[in-house]
Amino acid sequence: MSSSDVTAAVGRTMEPASRPTELVASDHPMPAPATGLGSPTSILVGSLSFGLLFLLAWQFLPPALGVPSYIIPTVTDLAREFTRMVQRENLMVHVVSTVTIATAGFVIGSFLGAAMGYVLGMSVFIEKVLSPYILGLQIAPKVAFAPLFIMWLGYNAWPKLLVTVLVVFFPILVNVLQSMKTIDRDLINLARAYSMSRLQIFWKIEVPASMPALMAGLRIGATLAVIGVTVGELVGGNTGLGYLITFGEGQANTAMVFNAIVLLTLVGIVLYGAVTMIEARVLHYIPRAMR
Amino acid sequence: MLKTASVLELVGVTKRFRAPNGVSLLTAIERVSLDVRAGEFVAVVGPSGCGKSTILNLVAGLDRPSDGRILLNGVPVEGPNPTVGFMLQKDLLLPWRTIVHNVEFGLEARSISRAARRQRALRELERCRLTDFAQSYPYQLSGGMRQRAALARTLAIEPAIVLLDEPFSSLDAQTKLILQKSFAQTIASSQITTLLITHDLMEAVIMSDRILVMSERPGRIVEEIPVDLPDRDNPMARISAPRAREYVDHLLSSLHLQEKAAA
Repeated sequence: MSSSDVTAAVGRTMEPASRPTELVASDHPMPAPATGLGSPTSILVGSLSFGLLFLLAWQFLPPALGVPSYIIPTVTDLAREFTRMVQRENLMVHVVSTVTIATAGFVIGSFLGAAMGYVLGMSVFIEKVLSPYILGLQIAPKVAFAPLFIMWLGYNAWPKLLVTVLVVFFPILVNVLQSMKTIDRDLINLARAYSMSRLQIFWKIEVPASMPALMAGLRIGATLAVIGVTVGELVGGNTGLGYLITFGEGQANTAMVFNAIVLLTLVGIVLYGAVTMIEARVLHYIPRAMR
Repeated sequence: MLKTASVLELVGVTKRFRAPNGVSLLTAIERVSLDVRAGEFVAVVGPSGCGKSTILNLVAGLDRPSDGRILLNGVPVEGPNPTVGFMLQKDLLLPWRTIVHNVEFGLEARSISRAARRQRALRELERCRLTDFAQSYPYQLSGGMRQRAALARTLAIEPAIVLLDEPFSSLDAQTKLILQKSFAQTIASSQITTLLITHDLMEAVIMSDRILVMSERPGRIVEEIPVDLPDRDNPMARISAPRAREYVDHLLSSLHLQEKAAA
């Protein structure tokens, strides 16, 4: 997943050189038909109908096939369990905990990853020295560090935060570094010819030029942050949606596990959506069709 | 006879590069001497790989010659120089900046106020007939307009000399002609000293006062042709002049292109 996102991001940073020469009249090169298949309304109707069909199948198919509700609880079972979780299990406390750690870990991890990416991008020497280790750490399954962090830091929020930071860190580092390495040399030369300092080149060229790649990295990071926090909560502690998964498992409460998964997905979607909104503002200068 | 002062002077300039294998040395250009006088428009033509762009990098101060001297207004070039403006085939506009903000880019290393910078940028945009697009982003402009914006950015630094490295070669034939005319007018009306590097022989003939022909690598100047045609500010008039054709024919034979095509 991440590697294809990286290529997409890099491809985009190189885009300006090869744009069509004609005036770009519209953000959409091929206008969608107003009616019939392919129109925005019919796509929306299609998506909603599919979702509805899926929920209906979930509700009625397992009982019809004789699957017991402790294996696959129906949609109404989930709703009933959800209400119970809110009333009896302090669900909101768990949600707030997960959201807080995911967001904090995402922000800290992104910041550190981007900073490290810029530092390595500025220094070819350090980058070359460290690149085998970065590759190694990038390949290492970061979530496997979670038990280690718990042994070091105890059953509290810190190990979860640390796993999240670590998981978010690398894709952003790699994306930023890649964009720094593939930046158009002629742009740098132009700035040099205008007698700009190294620092001016960094702030005026390299940082803005890396924005598409950074944003692509943030999108990957947003989804990984939820994975990081979930693993942290699964492994240790007594708060968070990940903890509710292990708790529900211990009680053979399938509906609780399902609900926790759905809520974690929602947390991820909200985080991802926030990044997409920021991206749309930051990359406003790239026509929508190319984004 | 009183000679106009040279703005740019290359004296016996040689540039050697380390070959990609890291061992042998490649000579890109060898003992190149040329001078460009104030207000003059000089074109350099030659086969690809003859070191035309090497000359540009050396004059811009981005690279140092292995041998020889480069003088700008009599002063040796020892690094990036704020009095050299250069323009490439790529417009190199920053896609995240508006056009006027792009034009200001070259002035940002200087200590002039924000307001003065904006004022000068707007003046250049007017000169390049882009005032209406000051607040547009590069992607909203056509290729020809983007090159004009790049020219505005180049002129904003009020350079002693403008280096043009095949600025029209990525444009379609018609846009190219229109842009050549537009550039020629802007350059002539402001009496800007220009060095154009191109592989397009007709372009060299219709735009310049003098053509320097370079050989294949190692690049040397093998011929100097003064272009004795009127209308330097109007390439469209020159292109239909029968004598322009003669100059192109002469260049063709000078570069031995017919022999090469036959071989």
